[in-house]
Amino acid sequence: MARLSGASVARIEEICDAYQGEKTPLVMILSDIQREFGYVPLEVQEVVSRKTGLSVAEIYGVVTFYSFFSLTPKGKHVIGCCLGTACYVKGAQRIIDRFCNDLGIEPGGTTDDGMFTIDALRCIGACAAAPAVTIDGKVYARVDISQVPGIISAYRQMEGGAE
Amino acid sequence: MSLVNIKIEGRPYQVEEGLTILEAARQCGYEIPSLCSFNHGECNQGSCRVCLVEATGARGLAASCVYQVAEGMEVLINSPKAVAARRTSVELLLSNHNVNCQQCGKSGQCELQNVARIVGAREGMFKGAKTPTTYDDVSPSIVRDTSKCILCGRCVERCKNAHGNGVLGFQNRGFDAKVGPAMDISFADSPCIMCGQCVTVCPTGALLPKSEIDKVDFARAQGKYMVVQTAPAVRAALGEEFGLPIGTPVTGKMAAALRRLGFNRVYDVDFGADLTIMEEANELLDRVKSGGVLPMITSCSPGWVNYAETYYADLLPHLSSCKSPHQMQGAIIKSYFAQAHGLDPKDIFVVSIMPCTAKKSEKDRAQMEVDGIRDVDAVLTVCELGDLIKRSGMQFNRLPEEGFDYDIMGTSTGAGVIFGVTGGVMEAALRTAYRVLEGKEHDAVVFNAVRGFDGIREATIAMGGMDVKVAVASGMANAKILLDQIREGTSPYHFIEIMGCPGGCINGGGMPIVRHCFLPNEDVDIVDTYRAKRARALYTEDERNTLRQSHNNPQIIELYSRFLEKPNSHKAHELLHTTYAGREPFRVQDH
Ligand code: SF4
Ligand code: SF4
Ligand code: SF4
Ligand code: FES
Repeated sequence: MARLSGASVARIEEICDAYQGEKTPLVMILSDIQREFGYVPLEVQEVVSRKTGLSVAEIYGVVTFYSFFSLTPKGKHVIGCCLGTACYVKGAQRIIDRFCNDLGIEPGGTTDDGMFTIDALRCIGACAAAPAVTIDGKVYARVDISQVPGIISAYRQMEGGAE
Repeated sequence: MSLVNIKIEGRPYQVEEGLTILEAARQCGYEIPSLCSFNHGECNQGSCRVCLVEATGARGLAASCVYQVAEGMEVLINSPKAVAARRTSVELLLSNHNVNCQQCGKSGQCELQNVARIVGAREGMFKGAKTPTTYDDVSPSIVRDTSKCILCGRCVERCKNAHGNGVLGFQNRGFDAKVGPAMDISFADSPCIMCGQCVTVCPTGALLPKSEIDKVDFARAQGKYMVVQTAPAVRAALGEEFGLPIGTPVTGKMAAALRRLGFNRVYDVDFGADLTIMEEANELLDRVKSGGVLPMITSCSPGWVNYAETYYADLLPHLSSCKSPHQMQGAIIKSYFAQAHGLDPKDIFVVSIMPCTAKKSEKDRAQMEVDGIRDVDAVLTVCELGDLIKRSGMQFNRLPEEGFDYDIMGTSTGAGVIFGVTGGVMEAALRTAYRVLEGKEHDAVVFNAVRGFDGIREATIAMGGMDVKVAVASGMANAKILLDQIREGTSPYHFIEIMGCPGGCINGGGMPIVRHCFLPNEDVDIVDTYRAKRARALYTEDERNTLRQSHNNPQIIELYSRFLEKPNSHKAHELLHTTYAGREPFRVQDH
């Protein structure tokens, strides 16, 4: 708890208040928090618990159920690799492995410079584009393993960093 | 109540409308295997599918724990289809289970093991990966091993029902799903109050009390002077470990067994309970007279104390400063008793037999010692004592009836024994407070208003020229209501008794488990009535005792005149009172 600033606590409480009339506000509250803060750590769950009367265990359950929520800060660019059935049979596992290898992180992890996070996603509904990768919401269709280094360096260049 | 006509295996029955097939069948004399459901839908996920039966009207097989009976329904439990389906369900559960029954603390009392045996589950039918395990034996009270968990959710529901805002929940999903405290942290770092309610409902060995049998063995091997003391509730349930009907008091055989287990002294914590009443009743009267903090709240339930320290730190001044009875008695054993017998307190090893898992954590509290001498060295649950007795080769049911040792602290009163049931501490305190204020005993020994199992009970007793208002609650969900009143300044009470477990110690987390499938000779509603049956055993012992009030215990009177001087004396404070401190619900560094 100690590490949340007063302003953050106030903002989280404000988000909770905004959904007061809702019957099942939890997912909406957590979505707003995820979008605004980039993650939903334990301290934040405790504030939500106090405001909503739901137990931390229940909130944690929801946070870990949906891959959209994250317990740790996400990178600036979130690479989502779809591992749904269609993508999987078209070699999606090798794509995500390549991203992980090149960035030196595990699925769900974030690079030390805070630039990239890799998420393994369940079917994103882009089966026609299999294997599909999304980066910050933009869908890359029929990704080939050889394109991976290029995609990564494009984002690095966009940030003005030298390779 | 309207009835419906159903058939089970072709035979006609009339059962109450609205019952599940499982409950209806139970009333008709059938026990359908079940795992994830628990008593009248306390847990009702319908997820394990081991209760499948054929029922007319159902699409496919029906999960009997959730599917309700209907007029004209025909139920088949023993059809080839239902039998095969139940076996498959169990085999699927076992495919992601750490099947090492022989080394598992739940073996013999495990519902999964029992069901697997009943359905004839075969080895290795569904081979595959297993979910990574969380094994937590860090807390002093409870061991969690997710490799034994079947994700039934009973523990989640029980913790929530008992305490309001539960500690446990489902986390992750699919193959990675687990049940545990948030962040998958240890119970030790979570807001868990160590009550063990979750342990009492877990069908498997995924949640077990943390055993201290090794500790006791080690002390004996070292040649320590072994003193054992048993809590009031233990006598009301130990017999269940040996197949005796629920509610059979086994005080005499228990004393005999403990003596044969090699304890040098066998004492009853009822003496410590009498001592607690002397201290607590006088503390209350002091507070009333001197304008101290009121209402005063009892402090003998460590589950409740853990809760207060976690969620109501601002109310800690309301807690009585009294240690709980076994801690008090431990401190007396290592001082007064040690002196009387010329023993070095360092050579004495005190073992408490408790209905409670939280007592294991209580005895480890930094405050529970005097001059570096721990009050109590080990706490065993009723189930652990059962194991010790079985291990020794003794045939419990053939033991003679013996008494506790009677020197120095061997006498106790009926007031002490009712400590084991919700309302009992209050009743015992009222018996003594009345005497102190009125100079005579209350006409009726029994204070009926504080008895029973309603979540909250209250009473007003006229004594000492004032109306003393009292309330009793067990389970934190109920306690919370009384605590919030205090916070808001609207509490009308002088004295409140709170116990951590719903129903009090007779329903503690260290008590034997109560399950239909293991108790074919009990009434079909035993899971609803066992608490009252155990309570009756204690009330009966109170009635049979010639001494009913703590202040009339001659050895307590002697203890004060020879050693402690008077209740709440300086010496009494040193030995018998304690302090509390607030704590964070989550004691982890977030990454
Ligand atoms: S939990 Fe039950 S089935 Fe599993 S290993 Fe233990 S006794 Fe056997
Ligand atoms: S021991 Fe009690 S408080 Fe802790 S998780 Fe179990 S039921 Fe909840
Ligand atoms: S720990 Fe026990 S009660 Fe809880 S979900 Fe697992 S098997 Fe069920
Ligand atoms: S007991 Fe019926 S589905 Fe588990």
